[in-house]
Amino acid sequence: MWRVFHKLGSPKWFFGIASRLMPWLLAAGLCLLLAGLVWGLLFAPADFRQGDSYRIIFIHVPTAMLAQSVYIMMAVAGVVTLVWRMKLADVFVRSVAPVGLALTFLALFTGAVWGKPTWGTWWVWDARLTSMLVLLFLYAGAVALAKAIEDEKLAARAVAILVVVGVINIPIIKYSVEWWNTLHQPATFKLTEKPTMPAEMWMPLLLSVLGLYLLFGWLACLRMQTAILLRERRTRWVREWIEPVTR
Amino acid sequence: MHPQRKRRLTIILVLVAGLGVAVALVTYAFRQNINLFYDPSQIAAGEAPVDVRIRAGGMVEEGSVERDPDSLDVAFRVTDFDQSVTVRYTGILPDLFAEGQGVVAMGRVNEDGVLVADQVLAKHDEEYMPPEVADSLKQSKSGDASM
Repeated sequence: MWRVFHKLGSPKWFFGIASRLMPWLLAAGLCLLLAGLVWGLLFAPADFRQGDSYRIIFIHVPTAMLAQSVYIMMAVAGVVTLVWRMKLADVFVRSVAPVGLALTFLALFTGAVWGKPTWGTWWVWDARLTSMLVLLFLYAGAVALAKAIEDEKLAARAVAILVVVGVINIPIIKYSVEWWNTLHQPATFKLTEKPTMPAEMWMPLLLSVLGLYLLFGWLACLRMQTAILLRERRTRWVREWIEPVTR
Repeated sequence: MHPQRKRRLTIILVLVAGLGVAVALVTYAFRQNINLFYDPSQIAAGEAPVDVRIRAGGMVEEGSVERDPDSLDVAFRVTDFDQSVTVRYTGILPDLFAEGQGVVAMGRVNEDGVLVADQVLAKHDEEYMPPEVADSLKQSKSGDASM
């Protein structure tokens, strides 16, 4: 088991695996996301109380879920960076932090657009919205810190510490709607219970969630490959990989 | 595992656990400030400060909404099925405002225990259903009542 783990640390090995995985991730992700969005936005029934404005759920929920999942993945990679000093883990954290930032922004933005007609306000300082805003700042902090420190090893450790410490915010986001009185409603999707919406509503939602996760996998591979090429540009295998293209 | 790595891992775990406890204590101490609104029971029990802007949240009691025909004044009762508090408001209510729906009203509680609101927000629950299903549910419910 440890051998596989240490192999994972080899940028060259990851580069090869990623190249093989990426077309599948892209194709499956695009298909699922498109199916989910077309079904959800055009064909799913309207809600009896909100009408069509509820349809923003098909974008809001996938981005919000993925924004939190990406942060957890980053925190795991941060622990790996700090304990095993694995370069690839740091590459992952730096490559996906801007993606997470964009996802969190999208979740907050779609939530605000939905909140205006439904609640009557764009923004309210309740626990769910505020903790999600903290997540946005954590992502922004990680992106900025990675760029601010020039020494690569120092930057890797600083970002890893920030990301690992910030993971405390994730359970706060998740349980904020249960621990405190919030304007935001509790989760519609729960792992342990049946969703509180009919199948013709949660099926497209599930498709778009899965599609977005796969697309994120593709984008993470692509961004990590770019970062690896840049970092390892002086090594032999990168030169050999580039050579036939330039010739 | 290498002893040095084990030590680093322990340090990280202790650090995160310690910070977690600290954050838990802080949020516990601030719990009333983190809560977006007071329940009607809390207001009835005098937990909410008088003449300070607060929010009250709960369900709009069935049959309690009284609209003034000549102005935008509206009065309704917000309940948590234990206690209820009267809310007075002037303005346009959000689309989702209805009897039996959740709301959060922001304003001051006066001496009579009435919340004079300057903002009313609709609180949506996590239930979604198509209009046809809601209609048939309503019909079966009224059918039960007539029997």
